[in-house]
Amino acid sequence: MSNQVLNVNIKKKLKEFDLDVAFEIKNGCLGILGASGCGKSMTLKSIAGIINPDEGKITLINNGEITFYDSYSKINMKPQVRNVGYLFQNYALFPNMTVEENIAVGLSKNNGDNTVNDLIKRFRLDGLEKRYPKQLSGGQQQRVALARILAYEPDVILLDEPFSAMDTFLKEQLRLELANVLKEFDGISILVTHDRDEAFQLCDELLILDKGKIIAKGLTYNIFENPDNVRVARLTGCKNISEIEIIDDYHLKSKDWDVIFKVNEKLSSEITHIGIRAHDFEACVEGEVNSFEVKNYEKLEMPFEWELTLDNGLWWKIDKRIKDHEFVVPKYLKVNPKNIILLKS
Amino acid sequence: MDWTPILISMKTASVSILITFFLGLIIAWIIIKLKNNTLKIILDGIFTLPIVLPPTVVGFFLLYIFGIRGPIGSFFIEFFAVKIAFSWEATVIAAVVMSFPLMYRSARGAFEQVDSNLLDAGRTLGMSEWKIFWKVLFANALPGVISGGILAYARGLGEFGATAMIAGNIAGQTRTLPMAVYSEVAAGNMGDAFNYVIFIVIIAFIAIFIMDYISIHNEKKWR
Repeated sequence: MSNQVLNVNIKKKLKEFDLDVAFEIKNGCLGILGASGCGKSMTLKSIAGIINPDEGKITLINNGEITFYDSYSKINMKPQVRNVGYLFQNYALFPNMTVEENIAVGLSKNNGDNTVNDLIKRFRLDGLEKRYPKQLSGGQQQRVALARILAYEPDVILLDEPFSAMDTFLKEQLRLELANVLKEFDGISILVTHDRDEAFQLCDELLILDKGKIIAKGLTYNIFENPDNVRVARLTGCKNISEIEIIDDYHLKSKDWDVIFKVNEKLSSEITHIGIRAHDFEACVEGEVNSFEVKNYEKLEMPFEWELTLDNGLWWKIDKRIKDHEFVVPKYLKVNPKNIILLKS
Repeated sequence: MDWTPILISMKTASVSILITFFLGLIIAWIIIKLKNNTLKIILDGIFTLPIVLPPTVVGFFLLYIFGIRGPIGSFFIEFFAVKIAFSWEATVIAAVVMSFPLMYRSARGAFEQVDSNLLDAGRTLGMSEWKIFWKVLFANALPGVISGGILAYARGLGEFGATAMIAGNIAGQTRTLPMAVYSEVAAGNMGDAFNYVIFIVIIAFIAIFIMDYISIHNEKKWR
């Protein structure tokens, strides 16, 4: 495996906020997770050279250091020579060219080991060579776009919301395909998404962006397990978040749900909220630690889980089988103290 | 019947559409790429002006520039001993200037319809700007560009006012079809005028036919 490092440190004034990000990636896939319009795509486009940041520096170490962009020494490499592949949200296949011709565009610059035929086989596009993009399904279009990028043999692959235009069924299948492509790819990749499942499944490391600023970065597992603050918790899909009143070192009262909880970690004044994942409640009997009474609720049946909204505002999700349609809601629920996430505001 | 107006008109329209077509494409591309919005609006205004102004006013400006005392006209006389005004070349200048806005605006509209991600995709795949222009932008804007070209051709063929001002109405030299229609009517020869009119109507109809044919044909292929 080659040793590459991509270093990004850029600033750009935008209409609603200022983009200001700095991060470093070694081999592997980095996910950038954030709500729409938080500056994710802007960051990717700056790395590709499609737009220019106002100031900063972008370098890639790959058998020596290449400076893509440096506002201080006025370096700005053209996108044509950065050798960065970009998978657009809508794939941006050339509608006037066939599948073959689209893939061949990627080949024309680098005469490497790839041939159009190899790529057609690898991406299971046999028989579709002469078709135009409009005659392909969404999944096939994505495969052509990936084949075209890999034909180019890029050092870095940037993926801009690759599944946003797809239905759920296709999405799950393609996520697996993309996971394999990224695993085989010997270089750096960055995936931008607003979907936490995508980020969790595809990325080794994660960066969470909010209004142009990085609010969390680290290993994907760590960020999902210990979100640290309210915004990160929300973006990683934590349904239940409440402001708290600290009672003593290990006890607190949630203001929104009116329940007293015991926690395992010592509380400090920095902690202003707690989060509880919707899957982390368990049925119990009266009087157990962190238990509370279930009074009124609304029950919603999904194919594989029950979704309950309790009258104090809590969300509870519990797995079920497809054929089960009956569910007796327990009188009491509890949360294991280790599952209560302490959050800063 | 005098056939020279037909020949002159075909020659003028053919030469001027060649110039207008490529000039229109290039200017449209330059305007789209401009980042300065004020400059964009000013240039767009200048390039569009000829279809908004009365043709005689455009002809007046052309005469002012290309006339023997005008900046370009006097330059050509001094250095090449060529008189531009009231020559056949002047009919081309008038046709180009008057048909240019149609070509430029159609091309610009067609270019703007092309998804800008396609251009960026070309860039990140290492295509040169020149290749992106022809293989991506031009190829995908083709139906709009061609209909603009045909409209511009028809406009050049029918050019009257500006031609009258800068090229005059010299039989066998600068008398184009529209000029000939005017002259024959003025001389009371309604029959000859009618023949010229029929000819113009046929050409105009063919132009529209080609335009529609291309857009329908393209629809089927990859749209």
